[in-house]
Amino acid sequence: MDKIRLTIDGVAAEVEPGSTVLEAARSIGVRIPTLCYLKGVNEIGACRMCVVDVGGRALQAACVLPVTPNMVVKTNTAEIREARKTNLELLLSAHDKKCLSCARSQNCELQRLSKELGVEDGDRFKGVMNVYEVDELSPSIVRDNNKCIVCRRCVATCSNVQRVSVIGAVGRGFKTQIASPWGKSLSQTACINCGQCIEACPVGALRERDDTDEVWKLIADPKKHVVVQPAPAVRVAIGEEFGMPMGSRVTGKLAAALRRIGFDRVFDTDFGADLTIMEEGYELIDRVKNGGVLPMITSCSPGWIKYCETFYPEFIPNLSSCKSPHMMAGALIKTYYASNAGIDPKDIAVVSVMPCTAKKFEAKRPEMSNNGLADVDAVITTRELARMLKEAGIEFERLPDEDFDPLMGASTGAGVIFGATGGVMEAALRTAYEVITGEELDRLEFKGVRGLDGIKEDTIHMGGLDVNVAVAHSTGMAAKLLDMVKRGEKNLHFIEVMACPGGCVNGGGQPIVSADVRARVNPAQVRAAGVYGEDEGKAIRKSHDNPEIKKLYDEFLGEPNSHKAHELLHTHYEARARY
Amino acid sequence: MTDTETRQSKRAEQFARLAEVISSRKGERGALMPVLQEAQAIFGYVPQDVQVAIAQGLDVPLTEVYGVATFYSQFALEARGEHIIGMCLGTACYVRGAQKILDRLSQELDCKVGHTTKDNRFTLNATRCLGACGLAPVMMIDDEVYGRLTPEEIPGILDKYKGQKAS
Repeated sequence: MDKIRLTIDGVAAEVEPGSTVLEAARSIGVRIPTLCYLKGVNEIGACRMCVVDVGGRALQAACVLPVTPNMVVKTNTAEIREARKTNLELLLSAHDKKCLSCARSQNCELQRLSKELGVEDGDRFKGVMNVYEVDELSPSIVRDNNKCIVCRRCVATCSNVQRVSVIGAVGRGFKTQIASPWGKSLSQTACINCGQCIEACPVGALRERDDTDEVWKLIADPKKHVVVQPAPAVRVAIGEEFGMPMGSRVTGKLAAALRRIGFDRVFDTDFGADLTIMEEGYELIDRVKNGGVLPMITSCSPGWIKYCETFYPEFIPNLSSCKSPHMMAGALIKTYYASNAGIDPKDIAVVSVMPCTAKKFEAKRPEMSNNGLADVDAVITTRELARMLKEAGIEFERLPDEDFDPLMGASTGAGVIFGATGGVMEAALRTAYEVITGEELDRLEFKGVRGLDGIKEDTIHMGGLDVNVAVAHSTGMAAKLLDMVKRGEKNLHFIEVMACPGGCVNGGGQPIVSADVRARVNPAQVRAAGVYGEDEGKAIRKSHDNPEIKKLYDEFLGEPNSHKAHELLHTHYEARARY
Repeated sequence: MTDTETRQSKRAEQFARLAEVISSRKGERGALMPVLQEAQAIFGYVPQDVQVAIAQGLDVPLTEVYGVATFYSQFALEARGEHIIGMCLGTACYVRGAQKILDRLSQELDCKVGHTTKDNRFTLNATRCLGACGLAPVMMIDDEVYGRLTPEEIPGILDKYKGQKAS
């Protein structure tokens, strides 16, 4: 079809039919302000920040207004500026405006617009306020409706992207609030703790539960030997918190930073990822050879695990029994490392730095322990670590590159790609192929499982075996895939699921990317390029070739899926109520 | 049958009727509103277990059911009494002392505005203008209108409804 020509602020624009005025304006560099708009997720014209003049009776919301041929759009008249400013001031009249103590200060879309639109007096429409109790009961997510602007970006994400639907608009008019039915805390709902609502929130109404105080206390405790491990996805994202370009790879600086704020040992969750491949790879081979339950489904993503337990409990037998990489590493730090270093496990604290809010919930699961000691004592997100580093006065971008500590610090390219959707699958295939065929792979890249298609499928020939694999990211896509499996439309051996769209690089604990930027670039894609780049640069790129993994099996675990490995590295699941 | 057994069998019968309503509308676009309305007709209100049954039955998120039920004032989330009192707090009634009448009602019934008495006999609501300003202050009990009220009259009026079922 022909492109549609229109004029925006006197400038000619040419866009595809079906585009909105907002998209057309952006294509020629006109920034129309938005708040409730989140491209592809929430396009409902609710906040009226994006109003434009198209010559009609009233101003129109550009985010939901389709372009028509020869349309003449004005985005910057006195009337429009006044209307936007009034709308913004009305929103501010019901907002608590406690910016100084807000987790999103300087990274808040409401704050930014207030500045850009020249709001001089935040109290212009001062009047009755709704006062809400802050929901702090969830181990992962804090909801503070006193900051909520009812834009529904979180609701659309929870319902449409994740198909979890535990928050929605409740009530009517001025009293409308985003809440769970009967005012329940998120912790009493089927919330999977993925934190995608936090990534969607333009303001500070949703944030991670802050565990930095607990970590500072552990570091300050002279009796505690505090061991830290960062996840693969953290190293391609934390630089953004310090003004570095999206997806910057800062692995060496990250290790240095962790050492400088006082951790006693700096290990790497990538090591845990390599170990997961060994355990999960052998579990898969065993299930295929011995008629176990198939398709086997990965268990690295705790958001996905709770989703499966709640919405698809019939697939619990399909879940790999493997703990996630940081839990495996935690269990070994308190056994293998403790005996190596001659430290009483009771004196060791393990802190995980994760791109994920669901890991906070996972670490508190009672089965994630050994001899009465939790595998992991505290979980902080990428954002929380960045706050700690800022608090400590560390100039991150000027740090030298350092290495992780030996014993559990070496990793392979297979470990680091866990951060991107399809990465666990690819890492597993690299190992499974060589173990099953006894031959070395010519090409390590399995391109069929890479990229951002919601569901990816491939068939890999291994010896005499055709292994059918599929990868889903976002729990909404996982649900779609499992429905197909249930209907018998798919004959699969192995499925990777990550709860977050794009995988861990776009996890609920990662640096917030505004809706504006998300409309142009997908952080999942940019950060994934970072992990694949790191993989390519690694000397060793297959988990079973990791020398520290070999040493671990030689000296401690015996072989993959051994009795000891099962005791420390595997777990079980439970069906959970949906309502 | 004991009282408990009677209540249980009535409840089971109500849920069976709800299940019929749901299955007759399942898959229909916009089924939620009519199902909620029929549920309210069956139960008198739409409590949590009824909303969960609707969410499961229609395969819509509970948040959506609850969102609709709290958006429209026609839906009651709590059980309503046998008699519904609507005390007018419109301007005319208010200036003629409606608040004092409402306070007296609340005191006599031992019940807060917007709630139902412990014996389930009355639900006490404050309403907007009932359109009978000439009779201010005015209230309605079910379909009956009471005008030019004084606080002293309240106990006598309420007495008329004790032991009497709603029509």
